Amino acid sequence: MINQYDILETIRMIQDDCLDIRTITMGISLLDCIDPDIDKACKKVYDKITCKAKDLVSVGEQIEKELGIPIINKRISVTPIAMISAACKCSPVPFAKAMDEAAKSVGVNLIGGYSALVQKGFSEGDLELIESIPEALACTERVCSSVNVGSTKTGINLDACRIMGRIIKEAAEKTVDKQCFGAAKLVVFCNAVDDNPFMAGAFHGVGEPDCMINVGVSGPGVVRAALKKYPDADITKIADVIKTISYKITRVGQLVGMMASKRLGVEFGIVDLSLAPTPAVGDSVAHILEEIGLEQCGTHGTTACLALLNDAVKKGGVMACSRIGGLSGAFIPVSEDAGMIDAAVAGTLSIEKLEAMTAVCSVGLDMIVVPGDTEPDTLAAIIADEAAIGMVNTKTTAVRIIPAIGMKEGEELDWGGLFGKGPVMPLRTKSPSRFINRGGQIPAPLHSLKN
Amino acid sequence: MRAVVTVIGKDAVGILAKVSTECANYNANVIEVTQSVIEELFAMIMLVDISKLNIDFAEMADKLSKKGEEEWGLKVIVMHEDIFNCMHHI
Repeated sequence: MINQYDILETIRMIQDDCLDIRTITMGISLLDCIDPDIDKACKKVYDKITCKAKDLVSVGEQIEKELGIPIINKRISVTPIAMISAACKCSPVPFAKAMDEAAKSVGVNLIGGYSALVQKGFSEGDLELIESIPEALACTERVCSSVNVGSTKTGINLDACRIMGRIIKEAAEKTVDKQCFGAAKLVVFCNAVDDNPFMAGAFHGVGEPDCMINVGVSGPGVVRAALKKYPDADITKIADVIKTISYKITRVGQLVGMMASKRLGVEFGIVDLSLAPTPAVGDSVAHILEEIGLEQCGTHGTTACLALLNDAVKKGGVMACSRIGGLSGAFIPVSEDAGMIDAAVAGTLSIEKLEAMTAVCSVGLDMIVVPGDTEPDTLAAIIADEAAIGMVNTKTTAVRIIPAIGMKEGEELDWGGLFGKGPVMPLRTKSPSRFINRGGQIPAPLHSLKN
Repeated sequence: MRAVVTVIGKDAVGILAKVSTECANYNANVIEVTQSVIEELFAMIMLVDISKLNIDFAEMADKLSKKGEEEWGLKVIVMHEDIFNCMHHI
């Protein structure tokens, strides 16, 4: 018989400490849907998604019941649409609508891949897609968009940063009636990954197989509960405790992924070893940092604690599953984490500290609400800063920032559910415009002479 | 194929009988039982064979926990043994 303490521990992790599988994401290649006739192409896209993912939700729900662990999201990522829409030589918005319809038809809550990869320059199709993002996000419900503007190998496309600053602002303006939600579904990446299961930045890379299953695990509440038992342990012990618990969390992700892949007849891709918070009580990454010993997240010491947490999660998770990928690390989305929200409201957590934190964890400036009158060039400069951290450190960084149109510091946007709510955070007001408008490419960094 | 049925709640007469009768209704064979009562809190863990069930396993899990909550006033959690094996064994 299985040890009864082990059984009770697992049950407690799920029932009391919010252990869940955050997402099963099916990646679907749309390369075989390319057609110069946009109507035909959109029909192919709809048909392929609804055919491949027709059982995704029901299989997810069945596994959830059998294992007794919640699987919060079932989602879909597709090939970056700019590659599919380029042949049509017109606005790709109908693709977004086709994706939205397909997502509704199979019952997934978000679908990612309205994306373009422009780290080294634009094709005509890329530009058309980027320009259409605000409209596409405003006229659809479940479509998520992302744009990769830089990488360690190529450097940073500063023109793309500039354009994305404006696009983010427009996406927020077009969805003012929905709390500027358009901007919450738009991620700007440096070093974007091909197999990310997490939204809003998921897309299905071109090097991936036709269809595959990726799993994102979660469990900040479980890590915090485990640390609570060691109030006086030294920091090495804390790292060990995180590793052990992370192993257990990730094993469940591996199991769920294998079951889903077998039942859907689709290849199993990767487990994304992430600590993804939710706004629910007891599911916060900030609270883990506070459990380690900070009075509030965002104070001095936060970067060090987060670096330890992020590394220990990976070390524990690596042995627990056969293939690792995606973003893999602790997430720090402000609006989706109860502890981060409190720290931002209290003024302990500033955007500069968040930027420092993104250098040591996954992924970047995430779900941050900024004043509505922020200039597009300032947003572009935030993107460039964040992309520079990713480029130099050979890691993925991202910006998902929401200008709260018509709002100032002290007010807040509230989306409810998993997206949570966020206070408007102040930014520097001096202009970076001259830098941003120089345009061109920031050259790729040197990777020798490390001293 | 085996599953773990965990029952937690206030101690009372006949809990084991009720749960095992319900398992029998679905043709789930009880293989092993451990139970303890600590300060009136009853905790029972049953290992059951689910290879010859007469209904879908997910449905049985649903029905048992609903019955526990609505009729017996007990928390009944039914989980496939795979989740425990994968989490606690290398």
